[in-house]
Amino acid sequence: MRVKSIVCVKRVPDTEARVRIAADGKSVDAAGAKFILNPYDEFAVEAALKHREAAGAGDVTVVSVGESSSAETLRTALAMGADAAVLLKTDGKPEGLAVARILAEELKGREYDLALFGMKAIDDDLQAVGPMVAELLGIPAATAVTEFSAEGGRITAHREIEGGHEVVELRTPCVLTLTKGAYEPRYASLKGIMAAKKKPLEEKAATAGDAGVEVRAFSYPAERQAGRIVGEGADAVPALLRVLREEAKVI
Amino acid sequence: MPGIFAFAETRDGEIRKVAHEVVTAARTLADALGTEVHAVLLGGPGTAGAAAELGRYGADKVFVGESDAFAHYSAEGFTTVITGFIQEHGCEAALFPASALGRDLAPRVAARLGVGYASDCTGVEVQDGQIVATRPEYAGKLIAQVAATGTPAVFSLRPNVFLPAENAKAGEVQTLDVSVNQADFGAIVREIKAGAAEKMDVGEAPIVISGGRGLQSPDNFKLLEELADAFGGKAAVGASRAVVDAGWRPHSEQVGQTGKTVAPTLYIAVGISGAIQHLAGMRTSRYIVAINKDPEAPIFKTADYGIVGDLFEILPRMTEEVRKMMA
Repeated sequence: MRVKSIVCVKRVPDTEARVRIAADGKSVDAAGAKFILNPYDEFAVEAALKHREAAGAGDVTVVSVGESSSAETLRTALAMGADAAVLLKTDGKPEGLAVARILAEELKGREYDLALFGMKAIDDDLQAVGPMVAELLGIPAATAVTEFSAEGGRITAHREIEGGHEVVELRTPCVLTLTKGAYEPRYASLKGIMAAKKKPLEEKAATAGDAGVEVRAFSYPAERQAGRIVGEGADAVPALLRVLREEAKVI
Repeated sequence: MPGIFAFAETRDGEIRKVAHEVVTAARTLADALGTEVHAVLLGGPGTAGAAAELGRYGADKVFVGESDAFAHYSAEGFTTVITGFIQEHGCEAALFPASALGRDLAPRVAARLGVGYASDCTGVEVQDGQIVATRPEYAGKLIAQVAATGTPAVFSLRPNVFLPAENAKAGEVQTLDVSVNQADFGAIVREIKAGAAEKMDVGEAPIVISGGRGLQSPDNFKLLEELADAFGGKAAVGASRAVVDAGWRPHSEQVGQTGKTVAPTLYIAVGISGAIQHLAGMRTSRYIVAINKDPEAPIFKTADYGIVGDLFEILPRMTEEVRKMMA
């Protein structure tokens, strides 16, 4: 079967980045941070490439909603091997339902078998845009997918649940959100990086509506008070269990 | 005033602990607003048997929807029934667990209702008549206070944070008419494959024992598994990113920004130095214990209690002592 995928990706600050609260108290200042292609989206890009390669037919289009800087993130996915990219350019960084509506609008006009997402973005940790897009388009979805197969117009996906996994059968087109599993992302080769510069990257203006939730304020997590060393070596174990039982009352 | 909707998750006809947590949180909101808690349970035939216990956690009414089509979870089917219920009864807020099922379902419900959604909340309260949720972002590097701009507010709640509180009231159980047809579903769960034994999930276990590179080899994780077993089914084994990247442990056990964010009552970090991306994933744990041979390891700055020393001596001793204690 031909596998035609659209992979929706996001530009996020690196996991090592220290994020600061901006002066307004309700937005994030990530100035100076290194930005990367969201790690979970890399699994989605890899899955799309693997399935295109296995099928021997199809293509992979990467789409991102964001400011012009997101073009760099799309180039990263092109360098991995995606065929084409679309930047849905917004002022600012919309989240959640606002992003889902922009993506659903774009996907409506396209032909695809799979719309792939990372299970979550490591910035807002929302884990919602994939299933929201599926709902807005009225198509099935499976989230937290570690591996899937495509056969005869049907997808069999393994999704991670507590203490095991679910095997879900979906008809296409469908949305899958990927987590770490069978698709360890490839590194972009030098050849891939050079080729990416010549691949099509279309820019379209998009307008973000209401996300339906607003951040009232950001704060830093309460600093944990520095604890105490109850002792050294195995002989400290009874003392530790005693404080856990009598002081903390957790065991 | 419309009530507070609480989605009560079941698996194989049994109510999951997260359902008690969600109903308890809904009770708090309902009391603050002077309204009722409406818990909804969906499942295959036989689910009704589990319904009555939800009253104990504060549900005024428990609505049970049984269908052959719901023997397994269906995102599309559940969304249809839940949005139908909310449109008919109204609600100020709709609460879901931030479990594998809740994270899949809640965004679909929000999108169909055309409202926003905040996931993995660690607090919900009423401020000046408005429902406000607290949720960590950037895996806990920042904490956001968020409010819905429309009604209902759709939130999912982080497991283990809202401790179930029993309530003297008995909820009234009603039957919910479920008319769904499996043939309409574009996605169908064919089977559930349990992991090795009925393991606690690292995201939901009250005790998490995580190992890092200090364990030195994948085989040595059996020391952590033995300690987890000694706690009698209340503990799960977690892992740092380094050991998951090395292929020693599955990603489903990874704690941190590119893994799970956990909030157990007790988190024991063994042979983990405490990289920022790991700390982000476990800093909301109630108590943190660190076991590390390096007294300068950053993990000790976050831990409540620590033991400095050789984990290969400390762990077997701890397992032995915990077994004695639990006996």
